[in-house]
Amino acid sequence: MIQTTQHIPWIFSITTLLVLVTMTGNIQGQEMGDVLIKNGTVITIEDGIKENTDILIRDGKIKQIGEGISITDIKTIDAEGKYVMPGIIDAHSHLGLDAVNEATNPVTAEVWVGDALNPYDVGLYRALAGGVTTAHAMHGSANAIGGQCETIKHRWGEMNPESWRMKDAPRTIKFALGENPMRVHGERNNVAPRTRMGMEQEFRRSFAAAKEYKKAKLTSTSSKNSQTPAYSLRLETLADILDGNVIIHCHSYRADEILMLMKVLEDYGVKDICFQHVNEGFKVAPELAEFGASASVFSDWWAYKFEVYYSTAYNATILTRNGVITSINSDSRELIRHLYHEAAKTQRYGDLTDNEALRLITINPAIQLGIDNRVGSIKVGKDGDIAIFDNHPLSIYATPVYTIVDGVVRFDIDEDPNDVRVDIDPKEEVPAFYESHIHDHELEGCMQGTEHSTHSH
Amino acid sequence: MKMSTSRIILTTIFALSILAISAQQISKPTIGPVLLKNATIYTVTQGIIEGDVLIEENLITKVGQDLDGGDALIVDCTGKRIYPGFMDSGCKIGLAEIGAVSLTQDFNELGSFTPHMKALTAVNPSSVHIPITRVNGVLTAFTIPAGGLFPGQGALINMHGYTPESMSAGFEGHLLNWPSSGRRHRWDRRTDEEIKKDKEKALKKLNEFWQSVSAYANISNPEGYKPQLETLKEVAKGQAKLLVEVNKKGDILDAITWVNENKVDAIFTGVAEGWRVADSLAKYEIPVITGPILDNPSRDSDRYDTPYSNAGKMAKAGVLVAIRTNESDNVRNLPFNAAFAANYGMGIEAAVEAITINPAKIFGVDDQLGSIEEGKQANLFVSDGDPFEMKTRITHVFINGYNIPIESRQTLLYDEFLERDPGLNIKD
Repeated sequence: MIQTTQHIPWIFSITTLLVLVTMTGNIQGQEMGDVLIKNGTVITIEDGIKENTDILIRDGKIKQIGEGISITDIKTIDAEGKYVMPGIIDAHSHLGLDAVNEATNPVTAEVWVGDALNPYDVGLYRALAGGVTTAHAMHGSANAIGGQCETIKHRWGEMNPESWRMKDAPRTIKFALGENPMRVHGERNNVAPRTRMGMEQEFRRSFAAAKEYKKAKLTSTSSKNSQTPAYSLRLETLADILDGNVIIHCHSYRADEILMLMKVLEDYGVKDICFQHVNEGFKVAPELAEFGASASVFSDWWAYKFEVYYSTAYNATILTRNGVITSINSDSRELIRHLYHEAAKTQRYGDLTDNEALRLITINPAIQLGIDNRVGSIKVGKDGDIAIFDNHPLSIYATPVYTIVDGVVRFDIDEDPNDVRVDIDPKEEVPAFYESHIHDHELEGCMQGTEHSTHSH
Repeated sequence: MKMSTSRIILTTIFALSILAISAQQISKPTIGPVLLKNATIYTVTQGIIEGDVLIEENLITKVGQDLDGGDALIVDCTGKRIYPGFMDSGCKIGLAEIGAVSLTQDFNELGSFTPHMKALTAVNPSSVHIPITRVNGVLTAFTIPAGGLFPGQGALINMHGYTPESMSAGFEGHLLNWPSSGRRHRWDRRTDEEIKKDKEKALKKLNEFWQSVSAYANISNPEGYKPQLETLKEVAKGQAKLLVEVNKKGDILDAITWVNENKVDAIFTGVAEGWRVADSLAKYEIPVITGPILDNPSRDSDRYDTPYSNAGKMAKAGVLVAIRTNESDNVRNLPFNAAFAANYGMGIEAAVEAITINPAKIFGVDDQLGSIEEGKQANLFVSDGDPFEMKTRITHVFINGYNIPIESRQTLLYDEFLERDPGLNIKD
């Protein structure tokens, strides 16, 4: 039964490791590169399309955009006949995480996925090979208030988890509504919330406690008679949300629960929220726009549970036309490998222009993560994060050929080493074969780590 | 008085709810002669022709230039293309409605040996998935049961009809899940030793069962009710096809040996590592249904584009390849799966064949489906461009001659909610 003609693993992988170490040079730091991209069709996102244009990246930042930039002694990419766009941003991924769900309590604001970064996940390289340079690595959706998330840059080859963080990106936290937290806590563990009524009270109870905690802290500093409240990282985090220091990213599907959370947030004066998945966002698009909430959606995923049965692939178009800042995300899996194709679906399901469609995977997710001053468009001063395609990225025949992060070429289709693994189990005779890779919504995405048994088919 | 008031209210509510429902209803497909004029016809089997297509009753009756359709409805297709309906050669459409609601999942019966389970029995003609699928040009699908060694019989169905029988497109096929030596998925915690044992155990069970099937097939007047054996009789005699789901390289080679030894007329499905053994598949002339193409590689060590390029590599080696989605929710993405295969080495023409004439050949229905030819079933669509491209609109769909409205629950929700009325609640 042993595969005799499997001949890849060892030598290739060790070579890969060496190549990567040599290539990146700097294992600990966040390497900044220099590169000149010549004669491309540059899709800037915020400043139109520029034909036959060069982009100069110095020390990881876009230094100059224009025609006929001539510099020698610098890595140069000939982009003639190619399309150059900002690196793609995924506002919802779980790649590169060793742990996704702390599914032990309906409220776990104290935990942080940044403690569980895994730079060896080959999924990260595969995302890079799909033009994705930045991702929002999120806690799962098991809890009403889940853990804090981490915005990462796909610096494949960097071995230190620390160097994957996008420094200075705003803090974010995962909330979740509907079936997932109801199933994990109410149905499975017989603790609230078991209903969408219970969901509301989880948020009200938590925010009320945080408000008390803040007040008690304030009183203890101003009055000698009162005691300092016992330190609670959970309440500290919730208080930071009330103070507007953490962006909420809320897993949600149904119109009613979306309206509920906006009402709760309004009562507590919290404004910064991006609804994730939000399949029924189209039903309450005017309310989302008025609140100033944004939406990060699947292009066409539906029917995997009851709360997404009344979905439409026209969601992104309806939201955009109603003035909601919208992005298209992957929730990792294999979708992260072709977000450009997912964005293009808004031209089949709706009538978004090329630029509107591309905004869904560039500047809009950047806005939702609070990093639009750094990434999401091709602009002097922004990070040198670029995806280059051999065809227009919204064409089904587009192939990503280079992906550049901070001016460092992290994916080059002609230099792809086939086997990119860097963390190999020495006891494994041949690399494991997995029969199933998709249809594992619960296992691979939001509900990762909440199941003890295998999935249902 | 009170009674009658409440009755009026009830009646009004009832009438309003009917209105609300009817606003969400898809229009009824119609039938009658139709002449599609001045199109670019992608016949698939006869090249690309500029001309007309005449549809009468359920058939394509004429393909040519300057056709006279008599009193047929004339559709001007200037600047448009006509393609034969796309065919998904493996999915769960009509058997699976809502993923997490188990009572809406009709594809996985209890037991390891359930070859007598027939997908066609459980196909729901009113599934909301069906209109959502056909408006993208996917007009026929092989919908399959799953689970165990012999999960049952898949059914080739058209994406229109009011009974399963009227949806049937003329093929049903038995399935076998080849015992896998791979891991089920990333969270399969069995040791290598346990996996090996499980596989050997399953293989032993398969061989024992197949001995019974073969013995039964040789009995002229079998006694008693033995539906499992009865239904596989034709397969054992080599008179009906067996679809074997097998993905890993070593398993594919084992399965080739098994079907040859048992003289089984096999179609292999899945075949994720077909690219590693493409020559063997070609040598033994085993047709392949592969997919999804939009998928992650099967091994961490594989090149990132392995699933994209697999179909093209097998086709180049001479294997007859069809592409499937293996989806329950998004069968509508079949054209885009084919397009990725096209882009990663297969070429557009071969990729179109892999979702039209090739599956028709594999299922033995190529005299009815899979191309635009006179005398074939009128399963075709009109598009304003390359149907693989996202910007392209499918403007007309015909299934078995029926003119299908380009509507689904998802388009109706778009119509209703793009400009919702009333919009924001007026607060003051």
